[in-house]
Amino acid sequence: MLKIVMAVIGRDLKLAMRRQADIVSALFFFVIVVSLFPLGIGPEPDLLRKLAPGVLWVAALLATMLSLPRLFADDHRDGTLEQLALAPHPLGLVVTGKVIAHWLVSGLPLALIAPVLGIQFDLSADALLVLTGAILLGTPALSGIGAIGAALTLGLRGGGVLLSLLVLPLYIPVLIFGAGAVDATVTGLGGEGHLSLLAAITFASVGFAPWASAAALKIALE
Amino acid sequence: MKDRFNLYRFASPATFYPLAGALIPYFFAVAVVFGLAGLYLGMLVAPTDFQQGEGYRIIFIHVPASWMSMFIYLVMAGWAAIGLAFNTRLSGMMAQALAPTGALMAFLSLWTGALWGKPMWGAWWVWDARLTSELILLFLYIGYMALTAAIDDARRADKAGGLLLLVGVVNVPIIYFSVKWWNTLHQGSSVNLTKSSMAETMLWGMLLMAMCFWMYSIAVALMRARTIMLERERHTDWVKAVLTGGEK
Repeated sequence: MLKIVMAVIGRDLKLAMRRQADIVSALFFFVIVVSLFPLGIGPEPDLLRKLAPGVLWVAALLATMLSLPRLFADDHRDGTLEQLALAPHPLGLVVTGKVIAHWLVSGLPLALIAPVLGIQFDLSADALLVLTGAILLGTPALSGIGAIGAALTLGLRGGGVLLSLLVLPLYIPVLIFGAGAVDATVTGLGGEGHLSLLAAITFASVGFAPWASAAALKIALE
Repeated sequence: MKDRFNLYRFASPATFYPLAGALIPYFFAVAVVFGLAGLYLGMLVAPTDFQQGEGYRIIFIHVPASWMSMFIYLVMAGWAAIGLAFNTRLSGMMAQALAPTGALMAFLSLWTGALWGKPMWGAWWVWDARLTSELILLFLYIGYMALTAAIDDARRADKAGGLLLLVGVVNVPIIYFSVKWWNTLHQGSSVNLTKSSMAETMLWGMLLMAMCFWMYSIAVALMRARTIMLERERHTDWVKAVLTGGEK
């Protein structure tokens, strides 16, 4: 079981490494969107500190969404996906591998660069730490839930816009608790409660979402 | 088998279509009766609220609409589950027929809430847990309709939409319990199975309005389902017979 998941992760990572431009562009999208906010709302440090958690999280959501269509589209186009669906392993495990690989190339870089962007917003060291932790903890849920949307919109016209319409409402709990954790740290309340809820959402969605996505893929491949 | 009454007979669009057509006027009639009675009780008989004055009367629309918005989503998810499990044709049509009414109810609930909120809370919109989750529900309805509209193949649209409904159903208990879980601005529920903190006439007015909304939703959903059936089954003989014969 683990072997299939590892094999899929290895394959997807290798494919991602062959096209590094895709990863880098999503990352730069994140950086640019976050950097636009101080320009748009003015440079007062107090205001920026207050806005930082929300801005960073919303940008992370959008950046994740940007890379979602690629999750299945390339494999669908060249027929790999059908082969994977025909293979004797449960498709859910394959999707789990793809979700983990997606997180490694999209979520993890976001978490690594988030503290640098947090400095732009004059966040304290504590808040930066919680921010990084929250994004690390929350982005797997984004990849998992996003996989359902990506599978449902596979091969549809206008799939990208539709994907955002389907996935963003489902992302809202992650946004609320992720930004809430940083906010609670900034105001000195402690973000542990938010972080544990975030962890619960992540475990639930990484556990269940691949199976829902697998069902959606089977519908799309019919 | 003997000529026994069999509910499964109506799982086929060809038999369900005339049944739905025969039922629609009754549901409309009952909705009008309940609606008139509810409006009479709510607008004329129910006493003025000691805290909120006359403005509270918007609950006779607001509460039934909110209930229906959540309930319709649950019903759609139920149809989706049946459709995915038993691969029935009718369930997908019913889910699609219900969606616009559900979206309308969610919108009505938000809109009447805003109208009520301005004089009572001093703001059209507050980012409170219940309002936000109801807004998400509206987004879920819109997402479902957009997804099913984007897929040309009706069977795939039903299945993909059904899966989305089942995933989104997590939100309904969150809305329902949001008032209890987060102590935010929106007041807690005043109605309860065992006791109610409202005047008797207010409660009855609200329940009658809820019944009216319920019957109206069924009638409209059946009408929409009939249209969807005609559209999807246009290649079949029974649709040709219906359209040329002019029968119900």
